[in-house]
Amino acid sequence: MAKDGSTGYLTTRVDAVVNYFRKNSVWPLPFGTSCCGIEMMATLCSDYDMSRFGAEVVRFSPRQSDLLIVAGIVNSKMAPVMRNVYDQMADPKFVMSFGACASSGGIFNVYSVAQGIDTILPVDIYVPGCPPAPEGVINGLMRLQEMIQRGETQSQRRERGTITI
Amino acid sequence: MENKTFSVDQIPKDLLRQGIPGSYDVTVEHDPDDLWEESRMIVNIGPTHPAMHGALRLVAKLNGEVIEKSYAEFGYTHRAKEKLGENRTYHQFIVYTDRLNYCSALTNNMTYAMAVERLMGVELPMRAQWIRMMCCEISRVIDHLICVGISAVDLGAFTFFLYGFHQREEAYTLIEKLCGARLTTSYCRIGGLMHDAPEGWEKEAKAWAKKTLKVIEEMDQLLTSNKIWCKRTVGVGVFNKEQCLEFSYSGPNARAAGIDVDLRRDQPSMFYRDVQFDVPIAQNGDCYDRYLVRMEEIRQSLNIVIQCAEKIKKGPIWSEDKRTRIPDKEVVYNTMEGMIHHFKFFMEGFRVPAGEAYTTFEASNGELGFFISSKGGSRSHRMRIRGPSVWHYQGLVPMVEGKLLGDMVAALGSINVIAGELDR
Amino acid sequence: MDVRTNVPNLYGEHLQKFGDLWKTQVESLRARWGSKIERVDFPGEALTDVPVVWVLRSEIVEVLRFLKSDPGFEYNFLADITATDEMPERPRFVVVYQLFSHTRFNRIRLKVKVEDGESVPTAVDVWPGANWAEREIWDMFGIKFDGHPDLRRILMDERWEGHPLRKDYPLRGYQIFPTPQVPNEDLLK
Repeated sequence: MAKDGSTGYLTTRVDAVVNYFRKNSVWPLPFGTSCCGIEMMATLCSDYDMSRFGAEVVRFSPRQSDLLIVAGIVNSKMAPVMRNVYDQMADPKFVMSFGACASSGGIFNVYSVAQGIDTILPVDIYVPGCPPAPEGVINGLMRLQEMIQRGETQSQRRERGTITI
Repeated sequence: MENKTFSVDQIPKDLLRQGIPGSYDVTVEHDPDDLWEESRMIVNIGPTHPAMHGALRLVAKLNGEVIEKSYAEFGYTHRAKEKLGENRTYHQFIVYTDRLNYCSALTNNMTYAMAVERLMGVELPMRAQWIRMMCCEISRVIDHLICVGISAVDLGAFTFFLYGFHQREEAYTLIEKLCGARLTTSYCRIGGLMHDAPEGWEKEAKAWAKKTLKVIEEMDQLLTSNKIWCKRTVGVGVFNKEQCLEFSYSGPNARAAGIDVDLRRDQPSMFYRDVQFDVPIAQNGDCYDRYLVRMEEIRQSLNIVIQCAEKIKKGPIWSEDKRTRIPDKEVVYNTMEGMIHHFKFFMEGFRVPAGEAYTTFEASNGELGFFISSKGGSRSHRMRIRGPSVWHYQGLVPMVEGKLLGDMVAALGSINVIAGELDR
Repeated sequence: MDVRTNVPNLYGEHLQKFGDLWKTQVESLRARWGSKIERVDFPGEALTDVPVVWVLRSEIVEVLRFLKSDPGFEYNFLADITATDEMPERPRFVVVYQLFSHTRFNRIRLKVKVEDGESVPTAVDVWPGANWAEREIWDMFGIKFDGHPDLRRILMDERWEGHPLRKDYPLRGYQIFPTPQVPNEDLLK
């Protein structure tokens, strides 16, 4: 790193290499609560097969995973649990908001439902649909991989100090 | 130097009876002040534990591996569907019924439509009822495939799950042809269906059913007489007939314990009188019996699909009743009256006469019921949804008391608790 | 009331099948319990699909036990317990019991009127499975059950204020909690 704080030539090159490996070995934590969890299973299974994108190693422990897939509804009882899981994950960590309920509350604008998980934790990518088709999820994962390569995810930006969430 | 070798004889014979943690025998009475009382451990399983199927929670006090006392919690996916039922019109509420038991969304659609039709006195044409029957059975197959597949995954049999999952994908292709969606279908309309089935759909469904019958045979060979599977499931999670009645078990879980009730046969709706099917019954009420009952029900359901595909005829899919008929697009775009009708239908909703009815149907998990109380108007006064999973999950705590923690996973997988239906 | 126009025709199917059975059952109920049964709404006369028996609040458990075991009734399956909120009316709440017979395959519905703040005797002694359904009614409507072993909230968080399914609770009355619900060790003793 140069004295004025800008990244030098070597660090940027190393970052690019690290991000390249990082994006192709994403270990997801499936936080499936409702309907979307079933479609997430379909995405992980043989017909759609997320392992083609290096994201098949499903880990249920937040310490071992770096992509939090929030699939399904998060209500007022579940929200603190989800925040706990997110806080336990090691940096860099990415969050995919899977489906309409997680992204915005969807058709459930009611007393118990959190209106979007981005009110609770920073989200990198939103996959629309109720539930999203597996093709949509794979598309979302590929967009996330591009973001990781460019270092644009919330966690990587926080690491660089450009944001402070 | 003495050569010390370890031999099995050195282990005291009554080691397992001395109240050591991990001991199988819970009939041994422990002194509450004894050494092991302090080693009791409180374990919190869930709500995000992989074995807890979505969002369930069980807090257990363990003596070694044995669950001494536990309590279950849920509500982690509560979405207030009953409150929404009072705030949405009857037509709008169809989409919320999909998200009850999302493994078999079509069955929920049909049951809800049946409930409202019963309140209004709408009679359906033949073809619509046959298509509904086929949809119910296809979704029953999907649901049972998920249940047996996931309970097998919980116990370590992954290949079995993949066999079922591929067949499920093909079923979703069939459903996509009907309504364009995979999981949350919203295919039913009150007094009819969203679209007619496309040309040749029945034949495809029949071909799918025949192929799935073969796959089920293969799955059967993979697991049913597998020694490891039998050891993990026979005699595990036993819930006998009396307990099932006490805890209002219904559906395959009750039939596995010998309760000979199937609402398709005993309270027939649609055309279930006109098709041949058997109701499988088992006697022991353990995980293995639940698995066997579900596997047999898949075969029976596939046979019903084949019979329906042969008996179905062309015809209208909307009832003659003008109150619930969604106006045709041609009329809407070309006439003023049609436009107004369309606007009023979707913005205001049709009126349901005052009255109350509790309509039930044999969903894939058990008795699914809609208790709708109407005071007239386009919104219900009370929309109660009786999800079978609530009653099944309630039986989990007495089912696993005094059993091993690992058996709890098997028991929970086999009673098929669906979080959407549980929390509503 | 003109029955033909007001009662939908699909109620009629059940009435044809079980009408006589229900009539004898309702008569013997009236003979056995007398004034403890407030009123019976019979399908065809009132707007319902099965007979609705309105029972006095204090007698509901005895009536349930009688219906479960008496050979003339045998409603051995508790299909559901729920409640409705009839807000401007007094008493405010109605607790609804849906029963099903595994021998005759017919249904019957029992109703109990409850005022806000009053409690209903619990049915846990008759059907242990009534436990969670009654907890849910407490959670959603705030109706208490006398003698219930464990009357806590079930769907909502234990810190929740208000009862969501009451008609005066707003649809969007959100409540957010910073921490998860902690395990309750008292329940494990």
